[in-house]
Amino acid sequence: MAARGCGGVWCRVLQRGPGGSCSASRPRRAVACNARGGAVPLGQSGLAPWAAVVGLEIHAQITSNSKLFSGSQVQFAAPPNSLVSFFDASLPGTLPVLNRRCVEATVMTGLALNCTINKKSLFDRKHYFYADLPAGYQITQQRVPIAVNGSLSYSLCKDNKMSQMVTKTVRIKQIQLEQDSGKSLHDDARSQTLIDLNRAEGQLRVDANISVHHPGEPYGVRTEVKNINSIRFLAKAVDYEIQRQIKELENGGTVLNETRAFDSKLGCTVPMRDKEGKQDYRFMPEPNLPPLILYDAKSLPANVNHQQVVNIDWIHERLPDLPSVKRAKLVELYGILPEHSFTLVNEDGLMDFFEDVVKQTQMKPKKVIGWILSDLLSHLKQHSLTAKESPISSFLLADLLNLLENGDISSSAAKQVFEELWKGEGKTPLEIVKEKQLELIQDQEELEQICQAVIDEREKEVMAIKGGNEKVINKLIGLVRKATRGRANPLLVKQILEKKLSE
Amino acid sequence: MKLECVPTVSELGSISILGQITNISAALKEGQVTPTELCQRCLALIRSTQFLNAYITVAEETALKQAEESEKRYRRGQPLGELDGIPIAVKDNFNTAGIETTCASNMLKGYISPYNATVVQKLLDGGAVLLGKTNLDEFAMGSGSTDGVFGPVRNPWSYSRQYKEKIVPRSDSEPENSNWVITGGSSGGSAAAVSAFTCFAALGSDTGGSTRNPAAHCGVVGLKPTYGLISRHGLIPLVNSMDVPGILTRCVDDAAVVLGSLAGHDPKDSTTVQDIFQPFALPSLTDVSKLSIGIPKEYHAPGLSSEILAVWSKAADLFKNAGAKVVEVSLPHTHYSIVCYHVLCTAEVASNMARFDGLEYGHRSDMNKSTESMYAATRREGFSDVVRGRILSGNYFLLKQNYEDYFVKAQKVRRLIANDFVKVFGSGVDILLTPTTLSDAVPYVEFIKEDNRTRSTQDDILTQAANMAGLPAVNVPTALSGRGLPIGLQFIGRSFQEKQLLTVAKWFEKQVQFPMIQLEEVKKHDNGVLQHQKSASFS
Repeated sequence: MAARGCGGVWCRVLQRGPGGSCSASRPRRAVACNARGGAVPLGQSGLAPWAAVVGLEIHAQITSNSKLFSGSQVQFAAPPNSLVSFFDASLPGTLPVLNRRCVEATVMTGLALNCTINKKSLFDRKHYFYADLPAGYQITQQRVPIAVNGSLSYSLCKDNKMSQMVTKTVRIKQIQLEQDSGKSLHDDARSQTLIDLNRAEGQLRVDANISVHHPGEPYGVRTEVKNINSIRFLAKAVDYEIQRQIKELENGGTVLNETRAFDSKLGCTVPMRDKEGKQDYRFMPEPNLPPLILYDAKSLPANVNHQQVVNIDWIHERLPDLPSVKRAKLVELYGILPEHSFTLVNEDGLMDFFEDVVKQTQMKPKKVIGWILSDLLSHLKQHSLTAKESPISSFLLADLLNLLENGDISSSAAKQVFEELWKGEGKTPLEIVKEKQLELIQDQEELEQICQAVIDEREKEVMAIKGGNEKVINKLIGLVRKATRGRANPLLVKQILEKKLSE
Repeated sequence: MKLECVPTVSELGSISILGQITNISAALKEGQVTPTELCQRCLALIRSTQFLNAYITVAEETALKQAEESEKRYRRGQPLGELDGIPIAVKDNFNTAGIETTCASNMLKGYISPYNATVVQKLLDGGAVLLGKTNLDEFAMGSGSTDGVFGPVRNPWSYSRQYKEKIVPRSDSEPENSNWVITGGSSGGSAAAVSAFTCFAALGSDTGGSTRNPAAHCGVVGLKPTYGLISRHGLIPLVNSMDVPGILTRCVDDAAVVLGSLAGHDPKDSTTVQDIFQPFALPSLTDVSKLSIGIPKEYHAPGLSSEILAVWSKAADLFKNAGAKVVEVSLPHTHYSIVCYHVLCTAEVASNMARFDGLEYGHRSDMNKSTESMYAATRREGFSDVVRGRILSGNYFLLKQNYEDYFVKAQKVRRLIANDFVKVFGSGVDILLTPTTLSDAVPYVEFIKEDNRTRSTQDDILTQAANMAGLPAVNVPTALSGRGLPIGLQFIGRSFQEKQLLTVAKWFEKQVQFPMIQLEEVKKHDNGVLQHQKSASFS
């Protein structure tokens, strides 16, 4: 038994190299940046550089409780075909019913990506025969999708230097709702294919359309690369395909309008022979779904049941801060560096963690960020954890930073406490400090005695300092720290030593 | 045709099974007859009229169980409504949980759906007793009910006294058998079932006339409601944008009763309207002087028999004489309806039939060389030539290079056709009056001389436009032809104005006093007094 699925949003993103309209005003250069900022060598003809045009088709699963067109649930890792309604199984006579939550998610995505929201959008059927497509067609939005003409600006660092950020913009062609197909599991040993129609795998899938051309000339023939399952492979696949096409053309060959698959092991693209080929999808309007009408505050009819309409303005008001706004706020509010704001926003849950710590500590945010980015984040990365999964809660970290800030412990002691806390044994920072005797020596007399003992033992160094080589004092400080096992406040030690040496 | 002798069913006093739903409902309430007795009578009639081939599946056991449940409710004095205990039949393209749903196709032979179509569920929720599933053209593609894998449906009128008296044997060498006439289609099984009194009402489906056409040929009322008024959930689609569940009954009042139990928004069908539907009883019109009846001149189509033309014009006179305003109107794009329908229908058919690939349900070929070869063999074996032909044309029209030239153009023409109606109704016309069919029913042997496509094209010409425009339309049996066969006329109303449409139809029905079919088989089973025995002839 097969089933029909949850759907997802997908959007077409267009990235373009310096080809097209902007190329005219650009001086000819030996190399041209492709869409991803990589370099494409000058063509062998030497006439003009190659420019690549890259379009991405991004399929993203919507987080919703039920599927796009049926009431059956969406659940990660559910047993195969356990969440399949009669509609999902494409039983004769069943009809699609659009999930409101999915529409809202699409509108929200459209607004976040600066799109124009179509007040009226349509659904289409896209036909092809495949075992995991039980209806023989997929419901999608080919002609008039929910959102069109958007853009996304993003920053990246040049030459891996955080200080050299450049901002780029990609255009979003459209964002549309599309029913997910099922999943085919090929069992080669028994030469059979099993179909899972749950289709709730919480995934992001990207297909890349790539062509190359000389700026000023029409776009080249494009290929579509499928089977890309990570961002890293996307970059590899695009780079490979651009180079392949250039090589092909420069050797007098032609680029075929074909679908290719990315082979992640070999790092190259190969033509797909399976279901793709050149298909005529025989699109037609989906007759069982009336046009999807969206409203705004102005067009919202009176006496309308709010459960039955989607109000764009209402969603707009509830749009959370977008990353760029979040970053600007972080820089302004906490005085942290812009590049640090990127890390905070990009890492899942890290910004909230940081803000929670800041709220609970007297330490300045500028100092807190160091602990978050170098200590906490590196530990998280090492253990592949998100901020939410951190064994050290924001409360405990704030506690620790307060001890440091109050001068109760030294920063090296703080690092030790941090390591202890990471073990997640349920001890508070103070308990650890007590247990390991890490508190700074607050007793002035005791400290003075220790300093005096060091001075008495190190005549040579004392002479050097008195002779004018003041740097040597650091060695004495180090010795005091060693003697106190890091429990002495270095500033205080320095003061005492200076005082004693000047006597 | 030799008819089998049927055992007489228990005495039911003076209750006639020839009556209308409201009367039977009252008799059930008063205990003059029980649902079980009624059900058994109908089952016996189904058996004795088996030769009509009206039913594909008779659900005797479940029907009797349902009747028993109904009986308990009546005994408790808590019937569910007017349909409680009323035996009904359903066209075999509506899903029925636990009862085979075949669409008269090899593809779905033996297929048992896990769910009820919304309309079926509503009937059952109203206490109706489901007798069985009725015959049709494969996947409802046809206008004769002759093109299904279970064989053709025979028109009960073929065996009526009225027809037998008029018929001249075609020749001495031909057997009597060759005189039987078709029911029309594609809901021919439902029309025959109602016409032969085996049930009180039946569901059909209507995409281009599939309810009204057989209703006309079988002398019953056939209502195609406004698109969006009744849920299509569970109706195995022909053309989603035109399909409407149809209602076949003995009289207009009954159609209104059934409509009342079916209409309304269904969350499972997004194309149903949200407005709350108020069931209505039909008033008896006494004054039609405020009515404006439109006579569309384009319905004077080529091939329209002179007999039908005469009945049509008499009907117009009837309204005129009663004081109604009767005006000739024009629906100028009617001519394009056939070719436009052909493109839109086949395109949706190609799409809708794509799910029958043998993987999940229905027929699967033994061919297992590859998935593709299995698909191909399954579809070749499972679908008839008619179905395959429509799939092929539809896919052709949907090809990227053809889409604009065919599909988009057809959609534009469809809009023009719909606008024709908007204009006419906007001009003050209340109801359109047209013939339902070009002629009375033809003998099967004549009918099969032409292929399905040609016949569908000819036969749908008068009914199709209402589907294109989504308008409500009803066939009302009007008169008998010279051959003693039914002639029906069609009333087309404004969108969602079923009450007005049926009120006018009811007035007309009363005026014309269409004669009751006189069937030997039925008489045997009816203990009641035959009403309308004097066939007050209209023509």
